[in-house]
Amino acid sequence: MHFITPRKRAKGKGAAHAGTGHHWYMTVSGVGLALIVPAFIYVVGSTLGRPREEVLATFSDPIIAILTGLVLFVGLNHFRLGAHTLFEDYARGVTRKALIIAVDVLSYGLTATGLFALAKIAL
Amino acid sequence: MVQFRLPKNSRITTGKTWPKPEGASNVRKFQVYRWNPDDGENPRVDTYFVDMDTCGPMVLDALIKIKNEIDPTLTFRRSCREGICGSCAMNIDGINTLACTYGMDEIKGDVKIYPLPHMPVVKDLIPDLTHFYAQHATVKPWLETETNAPQKEWKQSIEDREKLDGLYECIMCACCSTSCPSYWWNSDRYLGPAALLHAYRWIIDSRDEATGERLDDLEDPFKLYRCHTIMNCAKTCPKDLNPARAIANIKKMMVDRTV
Repeated sequence: MHFITPRKRAKGKGAAHAGTGHHWYMTVSGVGLALIVPAFIYVVGSTLGRPREEVLATFSDPIIAILTGLVLFVGLNHFRLGAHTLFEDYARGVTRKALIIAVDVLSYGLTATGLFALAKIAL
Repeated sequence: MVQFRLPKNSRITTGKTWPKPEGASNVRKFQVYRWNPDDGENPRVDTYFVDMDTCGPMVLDALIKIKNEIDPTLTFRRSCREGICGSCAMNIDGINTLACTYGMDEIKGDVKIYPLPHMPVVKDLIPDLTHFYAQHATVKPWLETETNAPQKEWKQSIEDREKLDGLYECIMCACCSTSCPSYWWNSDRYLGPAALLHAYRWIIDSRDEATGERLDDLEDPFKLYRCHTIMNCAKTCPKDLNPARAIANIKKMMVDRTV
């Protein structure tokens, strides 16, 4: 049992003076993704059923390669920070921290893998 | 970790069904949450039948009638009975609202009454609002100034005064905060819509000189940024206020001072 006043409990550890950067990044990246994801889906859709060489040629195009790289990087970073919010909402203590680390590893890993694959195709 | 099921000792059981009033032809069924901390029992839902021909039109009228004529142990808060004190906030027909201003003609079928959700219960329909009030106090809901007080008054233009409309009317009934899923899961750290609406009321006040300090105190991933614009607060507010808009405006001010 803790004899803590309601005021002390409400104040907690005070403000972390953080969060605005996260909020701003999610807003800007959300708008950005709303523009580039439909374009990326169109590109992927147009390559469906095509021979392998044609698909490789499409993704070797500088503009499409840059678009794909942006979708990978911005999309997975957006996912990473969104998942942080999710875990902050629903998990507590060590579980929260472990899940945040896990999603960081996953999203950075996927970004690196995707960019490596893209570089192999495009360069 | 977020809990999706109530603890065993909080699960609701079927309670007592009270007899129908004799000779009444216009009877309505009320299902009311009951819990007494002194008897060690689980919460239950009691069923009452109220003669609507001898009852006022509001849900609070029916609750008072039940307490006066059927079951004097039924416990709830009430005071002004005109929507200005916020005492009788409770969950009626699945909506957080004020029993005194919610008409029974707005409800189809049985009237189901529970305390405000996801709050500790003191007894029956009375939630423990200690933490909620303490959170309100942390936003310093008063004028903060450094300039010496003027001889007469702190002046405010009509335009600046109008910015407080839609904010100062909040009666702290807690309907909004207790309808917010973010507040349910993280009320220990998230201030909730009511406290943030009050914070914005003082941030936007042209006479207040602590705008920066107030924003500093709110800049936190939990205190402010747990708001995910779910909008339950605006939907449920019995005073038709929009706490979600106030929170969005605070976020805009946060961005304005960094970008």
